[in-house]
Amino acid sequence: MATLVIAEHDNETLKPGVTNAIAAAHKIGGDIHVLVAGSHCAGAAAAAAAVSGVSKVLVVDSPSYATAVAENLAPLIVGLAPAYSHVLASASAYGKNVLPRVAALLDVMQISDIVAVESPDTFVRPIYAGNAFATVQSSDKIKIITVRSTGFDAAPGGGTAAIENISAGVDAGNSRVVKQELTKSDRPELAAAKRIVSGGRGMGDGDKYRSVLEPLADKLGAALGASRAAVDAGFVPNDYQVGQTGKIVAPELYIAIGISGAIQHLAGMKESKVIVAINKDPEAPIFQVADYGLVGDLFTLVPELTAAL
Amino acid sequence: MKILVPVKRVIDYNVKVRVKADQTGVETANVKMSMNPFDEIAIEEAVKLREAGVATEIVAVSIGMTQCQETLRTALAMGADRAILVETAAEIQPLAVAKLLKAIVDKEAPQLVILGKQAIDDDSNQTGQMLAALLNWPQATFASKVTIANNEAEVMREIDGGMETVAIKLPAIITTDLRLNTPRYATLPNIMKAKKKPLDVMTPDALGVDVTPRLKTLKVVEPAKRKGGVMVADVAALIDKLKNEAKVI
Repeated sequence: MATLVIAEHDNETLKPGVTNAIAAAHKIGGDIHVLVAGSHCAGAAAAAAAVSGVSKVLVVDSPSYATAVAENLAPLIVGLAPAYSHVLASASAYGKNVLPRVAALLDVMQISDIVAVESPDTFVRPIYAGNAFATVQSSDKIKIITVRSTGFDAAPGGGTAAIENISAGVDAGNSRVVKQELTKSDRPELAAAKRIVSGGRGMGDGDKYRSVLEPLADKLGAALGASRAAVDAGFVPNDYQVGQTGKIVAPELYIAIGISGAIQHLAGMKESKVIVAINKDPEAPIFQVADYGLVGDLFTLVPELTAAL
Repeated sequence: MKILVPVKRVIDYNVKVRVKADQTGVETANVKMSMNPFDEIAIEEAVKLREAGVATEIVAVSIGMTQCQETLRTALAMGADRAILVETAAEIQPLAVAKLLKAIVDKEAPQLVILGKQAIDDDSNQTGQMLAALLNWPQATFASKVTIANNEAEVMREIDGGMETVAIKLPAIITTDLRLNTPRYATLPNIMKAKKKPLDVMTPDALGVDVTPRLKTLKVVEPAKRKGGVMVADVAALIDKLKNEAKVI
């Protein structure tokens, strides 16, 4: 039994989520290999080799993998898969895009977004926006799995895996990345942040979102997040969204400000260790999941909190 | 250009789902059912492409029980031209859905299939990518903007950390994210008209697809409830709790 973990990376470093997927592979048991497919990706390969428990890193360095094109990555992974009992990736936008394509080519039903490993063929995954948890058993020969990062503590460093170069597959030639516009920020990445300050419709507009929440996030060294309502209203970019269809987060501290707490939002943050809610409506559902609730005008309370920290 | 849009009947997104006492699944009896919200966005996008003169025909497809006809009638009322129901009472998992859709694509020969990125019941987020694999077509998942020109689709995608624009050759698969568009409401005259639009019914057997589930659900349970928290009187009390009780700052 051996597991292949597909690493998402920027050629230099591993993305958050990869070490959590490796941790899930530990729970399954057996050898763990990591695939780093990229272009000039020696840095990412070295980072993967340094993760505890990894015995081998397979590196494929080719312009075909400069961007994460599923049409090119899937056949490569399909070619490697028969040597493994499990193929894992983080349930990030990358993993969700690539892995089902691999599964279908192998005639396997993917197990999406697992939060626990019961045995090598049985896993727990959330359904209905996390309002229920299903324990599912796979009868497929190769298990293709995406891993919800919040379910597994990241595997630590200290590993010394062997690095092996493998040859590239054929470029499918039917898809190309025209451009990427990534949000530039000095803050921690939302998916991996230990503290998150999140704003909702109650922020009023984008300027107020920034002027009220950024100083608090700066003080706490926190990432910024948002509810769907705040994203739909254009206060912040799409990738700020926390929720069922946005990012699933579980920081040590989640401060929900002006967020009423729709079930779709709760689905994305209710595994957080400590939840603070600040809202003017004492009936807001967010208070039902909050450890500490503060009712009042956020435009007074948040600056007060920032100043007092 | 013909566009195929698969739609799924799911528990309405406003319904608070309840896990059955015997842990076999969630309660669906006497629960409001609706079209999966991401599929509404898919239908809307197809209708917009037809209004823009890019598409000529929209075929909506659903897979499941007889009642899925209601979901298909909604798709027809929103603007789809005709509908296909693959009728079955069996549990159909995403891989089987993708195989059934492939069989329909082989018959219908659309240039574009637009699907919701995930269904809000099983939250799998697989079917579009699987269909793309089985057809060996390119895919643009999590779309927030679609432009079709010169036999290519240019799609802006929502990715972690920002946006990515991909160009894919047709025929192709697109899956919708939340902000692609705002689906229209079906008007009463259009609901009436939809009743007269063609709706074909077929079976998985007739399409030659084995739909045997690969995943067995052993149990379904409710999530652990968070313990009720406390309300604090003011900012000073909050900071005290965070420092001395929760010890997170």
